[in-house]
Amino acid sequence: MAILEVRGVAKHFGDFSALNGIDLATREGEFLTIVGPSGCGKTTLMRVIAGLEKPTAGAVLLNGKVVTPLPPRARNIAMVFQSYALYPHMSVVDNIAFPLKARRVPKAERERRIRWAAGVLGIGGLLHRRPARLSGGEKQKVALARAIVRKPSLFIFDEPLSSLDAQVRAMARAELRQLHDRTGVTTVYVTHDQIEAVGLGDRVAIMQAGALRQIGSPQELYYEPANTFVAGFIGTPPMNLLKHAGATVGFRPEHAMPRAAVPQFKDVATLQVCITRVEFLGSEWLAYGTVDGEFGNAKVLCKLREEAIGKVKVGEVQEFVVPRAQLRFFDKETGRRTAPAPV
Amino acid sequence: MRNETVLGGGAAGGYEEPSQCSEHVAIADRDGVVGTIMLAPAVIYVIALVAVPFFLAIALSLSDATVGNPSAHQFVGFDNFTSMIYEAAFTFALRNSIIITAATLVLLTVLTILQVELLARDFPGKRIAQILLILPWAMPVALAAIGWLWLLDSEFSPIDWLLRAVGLLGPGTVLGPANNLYYLGREWLGIGAVVVINVWRTLPLSTIIVLAGRTAIPNEVYEQAELDGAGYFRTLFQITLPALAILLIVAILFTVLVIFGDMTVVALTTRGGPGYATEILPYWAYLKGIQGGALSQGAAIALFLFPVLLAASVLALRMAYRREG
Repeated sequence: MAILEVRGVAKHFGDFSALNGIDLATREGEFLTIVGPSGCGKTTLMRVIAGLEKPTAGAVLLNGKVVTPLPPRARNIAMVFQSYALYPHMSVVDNIAFPLKARRVPKAERERRIRWAAGVLGIGGLLHRRPARLSGGEKQKVALARAIVRKPSLFIFDEPLSSLDAQVRAMARAELRQLHDRTGVTTVYVTHDQIEAVGLGDRVAIMQAGALRQIGSPQELYYEPANTFVAGFIGTPPMNLLKHAGATVGFRPEHAMPRAAVPQFKDVATLQVCITRVEFLGSEWLAYGTVDGEFGNAKVLCKLREEAIGKVKVGEVQEFVVPRAQLRFFDKETGRRTAPAPV
Repeated sequence: MRNETVLGGGAAGGYEEPSQCSEHVAIADRDGVVGTIMLAPAVIYVIALVAVPFFLAIALSLSDATVGNPSAHQFVGFDNFTSMIYEAAFTFALRNSIIITAATLVLLTVLTILQVELLARDFPGKRIAQILLILPWAMPVALAAIGWLWLLDSEFSPIDWLLRAVGLLGPGTVLGPANNLYYLGREWLGIGAVVVINVWRTLPLSTIIVLAGRTAIPNEVYEQAELDGAGYFRTLFQITLPALAILLIVAILFTVLVIFGDMTVVALTTRGGPGYATEILPYWAYLKGIQGGALSQGAAIALFLFPVLLAASVLALRMAYRREG
C-alpha cells in the first residue's frame, strides 16, 4: 500500500495553465476522490500522477520517493480509463495477462494471478470472449481485473462509471468500493459527479480552474465548505447562497423550514420567501422561491418534509426560518469562509 | 384544435398551422428508379471494361488469333499455353515476376509499417513529411521514369557519382574497377532497380490506407500499454500490428496485384533486358501479343497466373475476415 504525494504540481499547455500548484497527499490505503467541473484540470492531474504527462513544475512522490522523472511503466500505478482501453483484438484472458507478460511474470504464476483476478471480479466465464462482445459493465470488470492482476501500489480511476447506464452504475459503484476494501490499494478516483465523489470517497478533493479548492471528508465538505465554490458544488440541490450586508450567507435547502411548521425553534434567522413552485421528489418536496428585501430578490430552494408541505402554498409569501447554527458566511469578494456575522 | 385554447389564441402563440402533407411523389422519391439510375454507370463500366475483355482474353488464349487476323477463331485448346512454356523468355518472365512481386511485397510491408509508425506520431515538420511521402503517388509514371532513368543512367548516374565521391566506386575500390555500376544493364541490379521503383510508387497508397487504420486506434490503448509496462516492440507486435492486420493484408495485396500486372516500370526502364534478364510476364505478353502480333499467345501469357493470383487473393481476404470475426 502506498502513500501518494503531489507537491506544487503545475502544468501549462502553451499559454493555458491547466494546473497551477496542486498540493495533496493520500493516506495509506485511502480511497480519495477528485471532483470538479469539466476542464478543472482533474484529468490532467491524473495523467501527471500516472506519468503520461510531465508536470511543468512540482513533484509526484510515491511512498516518499520522487517518481516525476520515471516513465509510467516504472511507477507501478494502474490506471483505468473512462473508455476502459481494452486491447480490442485480444481475448479477455489475454487482456488480463498483458501487464504480466510485459513484466515477464513466469507462466505458472501468471495463470495463478489471472485466476485470482478473474475470481475477484467474477468474470471467470468471460475469459475467452473478445471485448467487442462484452457489455459496458463487463468491460469495466475486465479493465479492473487487468489493473489488479499486477498488484499495483496505486490505482487511478478516470471517470470509470460515466459510460455505464444509470441502472448499472449504482451497482458498479458499490463493486468498485468493495474491490478497494478487499485489496486495500490506495485509490485515486476522478469524477465530475459530486454524488459519486461524496458517496465513494474516504476523502474528497474539489478542484476548480486548475486549483484545489478543498480536501476533506464528505461530511466536512457538506457541512463546512471552505468557500462558495464548494458550497455551490456539493449537495443536490447545492447550498443557497444569498448576498447580505457585504457578505455571502449560505444555508442548506433542508435547513430552511416554514415558520408555521417549526414554531418551537429558537435562535433562527427569518426570510420572507415567495413560493413560485413546489416539486414532489418522493421522500421530500422541493420548494422554489424568491427572497426579496435585504437579500435582493435572490432565488432559494428549500427541501420540505412531509409534515411541512401543508404549510406552503404556491404564490404566497411565507416566513421561513433557518437555525443560526446552520448559517455559513463567506467573504463577498474572495468567496472564502469567514466568521459568522449578524443576520 | 384543443391546444389553441390552452396556448391562448392561435397566432398569438406564434405557432402557425402546419401545411398538409404533399401527395405528389417525384421520381427522386421512388427508390427503385433512383437505384437503377445510380447503379447503371458502374454496371455498364464493369461489363464493358472488365468482364468483356476478361472473357475475350480467355477466348483468345484458346484460339489461334493474330493481330493481323483477330477474328479467325480456330479453337486450339491449350496449345498456346503448352508452347509458351518452352520458350526461354517465358521462364525468365515467370521467375522475374515472382521475384519482383515477392521482393516488392516484403519491402513494401516493412516500409509501410515504418512510415505509419513515423506518421502516427507528432513531430516538427510532420506536414511537410506527409506531403513528401504522398508525392510519388501523385507523379505521372512517365515523368517519374525519366527521373529514375537519369538516376540509374549508365554514365551520368548521380548515385554513381556519389559513390565515386565517397570512394566506393571506380578503379581499386570495393564496388569494382569500372567507373559506373550500369544498373539497367545487369541482371540483378536491373531487377533490384525495378523493385525499388515499384516500392517507391506504391508506398504512398499502402501508407495512407494503413495510416487511416492506425489513427483509428484510440491513444488511450497506447497509454494503457505504457502503464501496463509494455516496451516499444511489444506494443508494435502485440497491439499495433494485430489491430492493423486486416488493413495491411488488403493494402499490400492490392498493391502487389497491381504491380504483378503492371508493365510500365519495366517498359520504361530496362525493357526486359539485358537479354531476358529482367523480363516479366505482363511485358512479355505485350511483346508477344501486340508487338509480335501473336494475339492468342499474348493472352495465354497474361492469363497464365490468373488462377494462382485469384487463389492468393481469396485466401488473403478470408484470413482477413476470419480475424475480424
